[in-house]
Amino acid sequence: MSNIQSRRNFLKSTAAAGGGLVLGFSWLTTEAFQPKVLGNTAADAIDFNAYLSISPSGTVTIFSPNPEIGQGIKTAFPIIVAEELDADWEKVKVEQSPLDTKKFERQLTGGSGAIRHSWERLRKAGATARVMLIEAAAKQWNVAASECSTNKGFVVHTSGKKLSYGELATAAAQIAPPKDVKLKSTKDFSLIGKSIKGVDNKDILSGKRLFGIDYKREGMLHAMIQRPPAFGLKLKSFDATEAKKMPGVVDVVSFANKVAVVGKTTWEVMQARKAVKIEWEKDKDLESSSDHDRIFKEMLSSSTPTIHRKDGDVEAAFKNAYKVIEAEYQCPFLPHSPMEPMNFFAHYKGDSIEMAGPSQTPEAAQKQVAKLLNLAPEKVSIELTRMGGGFGRRLNTDYAVEAAELSSIIKAPVKVTWSREDDMTGGIYRPAVRYRFKASIDKAGNITGYMLHGASINAGNSTRPDNFPSGAVENVLIQSNDHKSPITTGPWRAPITNFLAYAEQAFLDEVAMAGGKDPIQLRLELLDKAEQKPVGKLTYEPNRFREVIKLAAEKAGWNKKKKGVYQGFSVYFSHASYVAQIAEMAVVKGKPVLKKVYAAVDCGIVINESSARNQIFGAVVDGLGHAMYGNITFKEGAPQQDNFNKYRLIRYNEVPEIEAHFVYNGIEPTGLGEPALPPTGGAIANAIFKSTGKRLYNQPFVEQGATVG
Amino acid sequence: MALFNLKINGKTYKADVDGNTPLLWVLRDHLDLVGTKYGCGIAMCGACTVHVNGEATRSCVMPVSSLENATITTVEGLSETASHPVQQAWDETDVPQCGYCQAGQMMTAAALLSKNSNPSDKDIEEAMVGNICRCGTYHRIHDAVKLAASKMKK
Repeated sequence: MSNIQSRRNFLKSTAAAGGGLVLGFSWLTTEAFQPKVLGNTAADAIDFNAYLSISPSGTVTIFSPNPEIGQGIKTAFPIIVAEELDADWEKVKVEQSPLDTKKFERQLTGGSGAIRHSWERLRKAGATARVMLIEAAAKQWNVAASECSTNKGFVVHTSGKKLSYGELATAAAQIAPPKDVKLKSTKDFSLIGKSIKGVDNKDILSGKRLFGIDYKREGMLHAMIQRPPAFGLKLKSFDATEAKKMPGVVDVVSFANKVAVVGKTTWEVMQARKAVKIEWEKDKDLESSSDHDRIFKEMLSSSTPTIHRKDGDVEAAFKNAYKVIEAEYQCPFLPHSPMEPMNFFAHYKGDSIEMAGPSQTPEAAQKQVAKLLNLAPEKVSIELTRMGGGFGRRLNTDYAVEAAELSSIIKAPVKVTWSREDDMTGGIYRPAVRYRFKASIDKAGNITGYMLHGASINAGNSTRPDNFPSGAVENVLIQSNDHKSPITTGPWRAPITNFLAYAEQAFLDEVAMAGGKDPIQLRLELLDKAEQKPVGKLTYEPNRFREVIKLAAEKAGWNKKKKGVYQGFSVYFSHASYVAQIAEMAVVKGKPVLKKVYAAVDCGIVINESSARNQIFGAVVDGLGHAMYGNITFKEGAPQQDNFNKYRLIRYNEVPEIEAHFVYNGIEPTGLGEPALPPTGGAIANAIFKSTGKRLYNQPFVEQGATVG
Repeated sequence: MALFNLKINGKTYKADVDGNTPLLWVLRDHLDLVGTKYGCGIAMCGACTVHVNGEATRSCVMPVSSLENATITTVEGLSETASHPVQQAWDETDVPQCGYCQAGQMMTAAALLSKNSNPSDKDIEEAMVGNICRCGTYHRIHDAVKLAASKMKK
């Protein structure tokens, strides 16, 4: 039995408590949402996916289906259910659901989409149970339900008498669930919008077994896998004679161009792996960073780019321009570097496989494992552990699939753990991209033409053709080229926009300067244009854009000529949220020092303010750190940085003061795991330009001689 | 292989391991104390920080053979119920995002506070600079260290 509490165990313990209301509901679509009473035995509930239960002792248990990666979803989802249920938060217990594709939709952590996707159905789940509890109380008191209300886990009658949810749970289970329920008015929210501590805080802070890397089962073996040391190499041969003699080693096997050392403990297999003699041979091109420079240049002079958006005639605009501004911006590959390296547990049993580990996308892992092992997907079970960060890395399934494959070969339960070096050199990086921008302005500084050409390595389309300023400019051309490389890439927190936003916001700063306009004024005028006379497709709301810009400007005192303070502005719309940022630099002993970053955020209704602020601060720190320091380079296909002594992550002493402000507009909530990251690099680079006159075209900034104090 | 007696969190544990095995892996794989985390294996990130004779120590590079007479404290030894002032401060400040690095962060902070009950911002910076938080919770870590210091004075 696993040491991480399983759902089944939890259900047994609920059953032991006896009785209670167990409400299961279809998670499929809001329209199809139809709560169903499953009866009051936990055995009935096992077949359902998402539900809340109320025990006679009054404990409300809420299952959270989405994987928790540090974005706070395991706290946010239950807050929404508990709000509409009018539960006493102190009595709410939260459990992580395992993967269940029949019962859940979108058990996924990515795209900052969980809250947006589930907001309404979570509210209905809570509200439906609340109505049933009221009706049960009304029946018991023989009064009209309309005379009853709820308050913090109690149904209260106008006469003053009250019954707790626990007391009512068994009777409420007999009530037919209502088809339509009235949801609370946002002004009546008592939990949503408050600061509520993470539900796993105490377990995290006392060192409980929570993360994938902590996973343990009786008889479990450990494995470390040697993968090709360079992109483009494949396995030629290996000799494990010495390694097999080493203490704790059980077996050394090879599959899929890898050599796996299996043994009794992590340290022993880590040591034995070094003793395996492996020969690799060339399979594909072995690219070096100098090759990428050449490849970028070739792509940007391509006569056959893929065109993604074309409004008006950009060439004519350039020809008739008062001034044309051109610039190129480039970013490197980046590893995700979650603090918990990749790992996964798998136990192949012939006709099924049990797995557990940290995954942002367990459903994809299930499908791929099923295909690989020729099993039906339902024969692949996946327990979701807490994730020690991911930043997009765990949207890939490679590390889960290889654990499954290894277990199927050795026919034993095994946990594969990656070393930090494996994690950093193992690929699936943020793709490297170079952007060329060209804009034309008229005499008044207005943009008349705007062209973006993205050149990328394994990014597919490196542009976001409908993003601002598209829709606000008469003549627009957005196009890209992509180079297919053996170096593997994938989504990295705020995919594409994590760098595109920087490049675009720095370029708009250049355009504003060239036209003699204030950078904020330039954006506001463009937004007015997009609102009044949009060009082509418009995917953002100019008004919401404007509100965050104004809020940031107000909080930071934009253009208030603060003495010795140099401000840089940036604003970006991504993942349905709007974020404006202003960075403030001072010059100390001739060098720029980043003092403060202001963030103004519109993510609609804020579910949990403490968690939301944590996300914003973290995203600013992440955006700053990677813009300043992050870089993976290659020599003949081999990554040249393999651990934190060669790859620099931002540290405690390198963060500025941060202030986060929300636009409280009561609009349905959107995501916050990513949107505060894209604007950061631009705000800082624009502030560095103000303070030093130096425009930073390439990341990492530190390699262009920039410091931030 | 050899049998080592280790004094951890006030208890004596026996581990039959190679003397070169780092304390980190003895804790995690042999003694079921998994609160101490693996992050880099080269003492660059601080996720594996424990106390050895009261000093914040990177357990990923500390061979078990050197610890036979040492007093070792892990995050589980601060308290099992998160009731140590540092754990309380971390909870009240709602520091964790993913939470993976926080045991190491707290162990570094607890070692600092045991020697310096009233640390300046500079003292805190010097102590905490060796611990990476990839989620970027540094501001809350700062606030939590301050809060823990005030709790410990009471």
